[in-house]
Order: sequence, then C-alpha cells, then structure tokens
Amino acid sequence: MATTVVMEALSPTMEEGRLVSWKKHEGDAVKTGDVLAEVETDKAVMEMVARADGVLRNVLVAEGATVPVSSAVAIIAGPDEDIAGLLGGPASPRPEGRAPPATATDAPAAPGPSGRAAAEPAVQRGAPEPPPAPGGRVRSSPLARRLAAEKGVDLARVAGSGPQGRVVARDIAQAPAGTPALAAATGAPPMPASGFRDVPLTQIRKTIAKRLAQSIGPIPHFFLTSEIDMERAVEARTHLKAMGPEFTVSVNDLVIKAVALALTRHPAVNTWWMDDRIRYHGDVHVGMAVAVEDGLITPVIRFADRKGLADISAEAKALAEKARARRLTPEEYTGATFSVSNLGMLDIDEFTAVINPPETGILAVGRIVAKPVVRDGAIEARRMMRVTMSCDHRAVDGATGAQFLLTVKMMLENPLAMLL
Amino acid sequence: MKAGKESKAARAPSGGAPGKRLAGEDAAAMRRLLRDMLLIRRFEERAGEQYALGKIGGFCHLYIGQEAVAVGAMAGLNADDYVLCSYRDHGQALARGIPPRAVMAELFGKATGTSHGKGGSMHVFDVDKAFLGGHAIVGGHIPLATGVGFAIRYQGGSQVSVCFFGEAAVNNGAFHESLNMAALWKVPVIYLCENNRYGMGTALERAAAVYDVAARSCSYDMPSETVDGMDVIAVREAVRRAAERARDDGTPTLLEVRTYRFMGHSMSDPIHGHYRTKEEVDQQKLRDPVVTFHKELEQAGMLDAEAWTALEAGVNDAVDDAVRFADQSADPDPAELLTDVYRETPA
Amino acid sequence: MSVLTYRDALNQALREEMQRDGRVFLMGEEVGVYQGAYKVSRGLLEEFGPTRVVDTPITELGFAGIGAGAAMAGLVPVIEFMTWNFALLAVDQIVNSAAKMLYMSGGQIPMPIVFRGPGGAALQLAAQHSQSFEAFFANIPGLKVVMPATPADAKGLLKSAIRDGNPVVFIEGEMLYNTKGEVPEGEHLVPIGKADVKREGADVTIVSHAKTVSVALKAADELAKENVHAEVLDLRTIRPLDVAAVTASVHKTHRCVVVEESWPFAGVGAQVAYEVQREAFDDLDAPVIRVSGADVPMPYNKQLERLAKPDVPKVIAAVKSVLYQA
Repeated sequence: MATTVVMEALSPTMEEGRLVSWKKHEGDAVKTGDVLAEVETDKAVMEMVARADGVLRNVLVAEGATVPVSSAVAIIAGPDEDIAGLLGGPASPRPEGRAPPATATDAPAAPGPSGRAAAEPAVQRGAPEPPPAPGGRVRSSPLARRLAAEKGVDLARVAGSGPQGRVVARDIAQAPAGTPALAAATGAPPMPASGFRDVPLTQIRKTIAKRLAQSIGPIPHFFLTSEIDMERAVEARTHLKAMGPEFTVSVNDLVIKAVALALTRHPAVNTWWMDDRIRYHGDVHVGMAVAVEDGLITPVIRFADRKGLADISAEAKALAEKARARRLTPEEYTGATFSVSNLGMLDIDEFTAVINPPETGILAVGRIVAKPVVRDGAIEARRMMRVTMSCDHRAVDGATGAQFLLTVKMMLENPLAMLL
Repeated sequence: MKAGKESKAARAPSGGAPGKRLAGEDAAAMRRLLRDMLLIRRFEERAGEQYALGKIGGFCHLYIGQEAVAVGAMAGLNADDYVLCSYRDHGQALARGIPPRAVMAELFGKATGTSHGKGGSMHVFDVDKAFLGGHAIVGGHIPLATGVGFAIRYQGGSQVSVCFFGEAAVNNGAFHESLNMAALWKVPVIYLCENNRYGMGTALERAAAVYDVAARSCSYDMPSETVDGMDVIAVREAVRRAAERARDDGTPTLLEVRTYRFMGHSMSDPIHGHYRTKEEVDQQKLRDPVVTFHKELEQAGMLDAEAWTALEAGVNDAVDDAVRFADQSADPDPAELLTDVYRETPA
Repeated sequence: MSVLTYRDALNQALREEMQRDGRVFLMGEEVGVYQGAYKVSRGLLEEFGPTRVVDTPITELGFAGIGAGAAMAGLVPVIEFMTWNFALLAVDQIVNSAAKMLYMSGGQIPMPIVFRGPGGAALQLAAQHSQSFEAFFANIPGLKVVMPATPADAKGLLKSAIRDGNPVVFIEGEMLYNTKGEVPEGEHLVPIGKADVKREGADVTIVSHAKTVSVALKAADELAKENVHAEVLDLRTIRPLDVAAVTASVHKTHRCVVVEESWPFAGVGAQVAYEVQREAFDDLDAPVIRVSGADVPMPYNKQLERLAKPDVPKVIAAVKSVLYQA
C-alpha cells in the first residue's frame, strides 16, 4: 500500500522545514518507526520517521532543500507497486473530520475492497491550531491526555491525527505545546574578509525575527528594575560549594528558584495572555534562556517551585547542553509560564528582555558586582545585582509586578526564606 | 392396586360410613390430623389478615379449603420422603412439620424465615424436612420432582418423591414430559394433582379438552386414582397406596385429588367474582374438611368438647406466637443480598 | 503431553469424572446407545451402564428439569443438549430452577449441575441451528458460563465444571470437535474464571473466545508481518469474566478489539468494552471496537453465511482502526 511521506509540522508554528540529510535512500527497505531523515524545524533538528512499511521508492526533495509543511518529500511502497498516481501531484490534503473507522460490526455484509491503491498521508498537520471541537473542548484519547499531563504538554496546542482531529498518543510524542521563549538575539555572524557576505537565514533565525517582531508590537511592555543585595546568596553558594561537587549550584539556579517561589505567591504573574482570556497556571514552569550558536532558545524547568536547588541545577545544566547541541525536544522548550534571561556572565550590568508570548513577564538578570552601598549610615562594599522585569501591561499591573519583584528580592537577599 | 398395563382411573374407596371407618385408628393420631388441618386453617386466616396489613408482600396464595390434602398426604408418607409443591405451599409446609414461626417469618421476609427472607411465600424450603420448595412457575417443578425420584432410584433408596401441583399444570409440556419419562424409566414419584377446579380464574372445563385429570395417565400407562380431597382419610390412603407402589418397584402414580379453595387464587384475587358464584362457594363450604372431620371425630368418640377447646387453644397459641415471632424478627442484613448466589464448596 | 481432538478431550474428562465420583451421571438425547450425536460420549454407556448414561426422549425441558431435581437430591448431573439451539426449550429449568435454587432456599439446596453441548454456527445449518446464547446465559446470576477453545481447555474446564458445585453452562464448539491440540497427561484441571493469553504482543489486545480464538490468532500472524504485534486473549470463561486479565493486557497495549461470533447487542463484546473503559480508561488511546457476528438470523447461502461471521480481514481492519492506520 503506497504511502506519500510529507514534510510534517513538528510544531504548531512550523510552516516549512529544511531537509538536512537523508538517512534512508532510494531502494532501501523501511519499517514503521525507522528514521528516514533529519529535518530542521523552526526550533531544532528533528528526526522524521517512517509511518509505513515498504521500500523507499522515491526521494522527492534533495538534502538542503526547504519545503513547506505538508508537501511530499518521498514515497514508500511495495517493491513493485505502481506509484505513478502518487508522483507529481500536490501534497495529499489532510482529510478533515474523518468519519469514525468502519468495522465489521458497522457493515458486516459489505466485503471490503482489496488492495486499496489510494494512500492517506500518515500524519495530517496543516494549520497550527487543531480544528475546534464543539464548545472549545479538545478531542483526545484518555491515554493522550494522561501523557500530555505527564509531559506538561498543552493539549489545546496539539494537532490531532485521529478521527475528527482527536489527539492521540503519537501526537503527544511529537507535540509541542505553547511556543518557545525568545529574548534579544545575541551574536553576530563573522565579518566577511572583504566585501560582504549574505548568510541565508536559518530556520531558527527566521523564527526569532518573526516572533520578536510579533511580540514587541502587540505587547505593551513596561519595565521594573531592582537592585538586589546578593551578599548572603553568594555566601550561601560558597558554603555549599565547599561541601562538595554535589552541593554546587550556580547563582542562576538560585535566581530560578527564587523566581519560581515568587510565582507561587503572585499567581497573577504566572499567567498567559490568551487574547480573549488570561490563563492562570496552577503549575510553575520557568524558562531559562540559553544562547546557542546563531541564536537563542529557552528550555523549561518544569515544576521549578517544587524542585530542590540540586535538581534545578542538574536540570539546568543538562538542558543547556542539549540546547547547545540542538537536541531539545519540543516538550523541553515549550510550556513555560515565566522566563529568566541572564547576561551576567557576559558582564552586562542590566538590560531589558522581550517577553515570550503567551507569557506575561520575563526577568532580565545582570552581573553581580561589588559596589559601595550605604547600610545603617555607613558605606560598605556589597555584591549587588540589578534585575529588570518586563511585564505585559494587559495582564500585569505595575503594583503586581513590583510586588512580585519585591518577593524575588526578598528571597535572594534572605536565601533561607526559600526553605519556608 | 396393581401397577402395569391395565391401570385406569380408579375411584378411591372411602372405607365405610363416617365414624365407623375410624374404628381401627388411633384416637390421638386422628386428633393430630384435625389439629394439623386446623393449624393450617388458622395460619392461613392470619396470613390473609397480615397480608392486608402490609406485613406480607408480593403474592400470597392461601390453602383454605384444601387442608385435608396436605395433611392427609403427609400422614401417608415417611419423614424422609421428598416433597415438592407449587407456590401454594404453606399448607404442605406446615403439614410437613416445619415450625409455623419459621414459615410466618419467611412470609414476612425476615432473616429467621425458612429461606432467611430471600424466598418468600412462594419459595418455602426446608432441607432437613426433605421439603424441596415452593416453586413459582406453573408445572416447572414437576420435572424437578421427577429428577428427585430419579436420584432416589439411582442411589438405591426407598424414599418416594411427592409432587403437589394444581390441575392447570396438567395441560403443560413439563407435566407431559415428566410423566412420560417417569413411567418409561420407573421413577418413584407420586404426582399429586390438587384439582381445585380453577386455574386462577379459568375453570378446568375451559382449559382442558378432557376434564378428567386422572384419565390422562393412560397416555403413560401409569396407575391413577381420583380421590375426594375434602376427606383427609381418603387422601391418606390413596397416598399410602401410591407410595407402596413406588417403593416396591419404582412405579409412579398420578393422583387426582378433588378439592376446593374457599379463598381466591391469591390475596389479589376475589373470593368469587366473574368466574364463580357466591352460591357455589357457599355450597362447597358445606364440605369444609376441618368441619366435617371434626364432626366425624366427635361421632367416633375421639374428641370431646374439652379436648376440642384445648386443641383449638393450642393452635391459636401457635399461630399467635408465629405472628409475634415474625413481627419481632429482624430483616436480613443488607449484605445477604449478595450471598448464596454461588456455592463456594465443590460438588 | 498427548495430542487429542477436542472431542476426545471432552470424552476423557467425562470418563475421568464419572470414574472419580459415582454421583456424576450423563443424560441427554443419543448419549448412550448412539454413542453421542457428536460422539463426545463414545464408550461411556459400555463402561458405566444405563443408570449412569441415560438416553432421553426429545424433551429438553423435561430432562433439564430432571437433572436439576437430581442435583437437589444429591447427584451431580451432566445434562447434554444436542445443540444449544434446542436448549431454549429448557431455559425455564436452567434459569428459574437451576440458577436460583441456592438463593431462593436461602443457601439450603445445592445445585451442582453441568449443562453442556455444542453451540454456535457450523456450516450452512441456517437460522435455527447456528446460535450459542452465551451472552444471554451470562446475564443470569447464579449461572457460570464456560466456552473452551482448545482440547486442553475443553478437558480441564469440563472437569472443573463438574466439580464446581454450581450450575455451569458449558458451551462447546461444533466446529471445534475435530481440532487437535496438546493436552497435558494426568489430572488436568483448568480453573473457571481465568482467561488465557494465547499469544503475547504489545500493540493491541484482541479479546476472543471459542471459535474466534483461532481467527484472532490467524489475524495476529498476518499483522505481525506488518510489524503490528497483537496480544490474543482467550476468555475461556464468560461468567465470571476475568476482567483483571483483560485490563492488564490493555494497560500494556492501550488498544482493544473484541472478536465474537454471536450477535452484538448486549453481547460478550459489550460487556468486555464496558469493563475496559471502566477499569482501563486512562490507558486507552482509541475506543474499544468489536468484531461481532452480523446482527441477523444466520442465512443458509454459503457466501452470506461467510459474510455473517467474523473473519481474519475484519479483525485486521478493526486492529488497524484502533491503531489509526489506514
């Protein structure tokens, strides 16, 4: 039974994909689940797997080419099967609202036609948003719901491949939910030796550009700055470090923990702006901006409020490594309820970050620097850190943001308070 | 009575004039017969009253008028003979010796009832008295009684299986199949048909092409008798004869015992209505088995006024006690809903 | 292990139990002199005599009731219906007498009895000779309903049924009598109420019983070629249903297809589907699908009859639908 392999939308925002390399070649036998190719999406390099068994009869897209989502990239069929009908046509459209599968009980008297030549695309993804179920409910199998909950995937943002758009288990396996965080891009391409050099936009660059423009436009940002006395925090960190490698945490880990706890106390900040409503999240997932070659991505530390510093530290390190290797899965870079961006390691005193929609806030963290500070009438050298919170004024007001920031400051200035 | 090929419906002898025919009987045993019939009578009267008071629910089929059949039959049987009846089973249960308390408690649905409240009026059972129920499908227990007889013969026993049923059941397939196999295989069963003339509201003449129930035995080449069911001694003797036949060589017998019920088919049924006249009922009451046997015992010098008073008081006490006991007994525990569906112990 | 036909396995079970317990007897049409309409009772009359192997007139209601009565009086009857189609005549005794005796008597009167015989469709026997009614009997509290698919299960389950002490509806497969299979030597008992995984797999659970077990296994072979590995569960007992076994399998596979030869409405598949969604709701990635016999009286014509029965292509299609594959 011949199957057309299409460029799959591996995130709801993906509109095209670049075929990086073929792992199977024309004439190779393939089984469902085999890796056919590596595809660069707007976020990361993903593996595209076969959804049928047979022989890879035709490869329609060369390595390096970029094609729109849903376009045909290859054909899998029996070794001698006639595939003329599948070649040259446009990509098979996604069948909308497929009728529930007919079984022997539904039409027992009708013998099924043998050897159906027409193939359905294995996965149908078109528009980023799934078709709305009646009443705005997401159609999903119980298993898919459970997997989504376990992985922190937002069902509403997953396109379902089941009948009538039902989200099923395999959709969760590759489903992103929400959108990744982006902050100001860092890094610049190397200067050309002479003249100029046009560098084609990679997927990630295109996405950053588009998303940035999208976000800075409609979101009414306002900014709150606070200078935090990090003396006790740094002391605490030094103490821990002296106890051994398994107790070593970074300042950023402390910041993430403080932010996570503050979010539990200020639920109005732990929100998403959803155009017609504000979603108050019950759980806290903190996005952590990581610079990668030619870009930026924000892996998410889930349930950061419930995790100890050691876990946060380990996770942050692991995610950062994965991010730099471009191996993050969608579940790992989506779903944040608030983000933190830290340029302290690059000696930036302070900066303002751009909010990642649908989040309603982001904290930009500067470097720790010893400076003279007046305490009890005397001048002391204290290690201070300036943080700037960007707020979406549609969801967060000045006082709300300020109270949140105050809590973050209080936690970092009194690290033991994070144990309460 | 000879078993075998030339059997036909025989009129049961009544054994002589009333009074005289009791000459060889034991007086105490005769008073016992009267007492048992009176017990049934009073019990059933109270049951009717309790039903009207809402203490007994569902269906309640009264035996009033038919007492001589149950009492006479039990007098002709041994304690280990098996008894099965239809839903009109209070009379047979009491005649069998099941305590009135236990029967009334079962009618009231209490945990102290014979089936712990889970059977009700139509399903009285007492395995110790070899009383195998109490069955509610017309004719449905006739094959069961035949199977009991089959088991007796299989195990080499000398008991008999006695099956009480009404005349309406004889038009039924189960009756026909059972009697055929019983005669074919020589199964020791007494098929005791209590012909009270009416299957609920349908007179037998309207239901049966042949009114004479006993005559049907010729289809199976089975011995049969027609018996006056208002005469306790006649019933006893007919049952004795049938039991002897069965114990002897397994020959079954069909007894048509002609009787009459003075009440309606059940408590939901009028005493007389469209299907019979008050005059007919009144006429039949002249043959009331309790009254006629009472008279007979007096005439035979076996029962004086004092003895009668004591007998009556004893019965009334027993019935009062039964009602009181049933009233005061507890309902079954709700957990009993789910018990006795399956037996946990192997066969 | 010896290789026996399903028929001979049943014969052995009857013989062994009649040797073991003198209260056990066999009654039915043609069970004695004729050696059994399907030869299940071959040789038993010669071995045990006419008291214990009883030929009856054609009187299902009568002899089913005689069996029940005998059980009330201390025997352990095995009542054979020539086919379960004819047992409809005996339903009053099976349901109103046998199933209820223990309960109505408040636990006093035992009812150890096995009603057995072949059920289900054979080939072109038409509407009145192709039914098995397991769903109907399974609906009745007080009955147990058993349907073995293999010779080993047939022997082990019939022995268990005879020993069970309760009324057991034992439905054999007319078209299974000639099938062969390995049967363990010696005393071989299979517990009532326990299903059996006839083939392991991780992609889909196919629940089946009686004749459909072999259909399910053949479908599983075909599906394996497409890298879909089906787990085939043989229920063996319909009542009490081994819900734990079914849900354990669905917990692993996340998908369930039920195959049954009988009609769909309120059938075994309906009960299994209820239990699966009740106990394994969060494990399901797709609805439970049934492949049932067509909802019609069985037609005589060969092609129509084939269409009316579950077959391998129908099972494969059902499996694919719960896998969301074309």
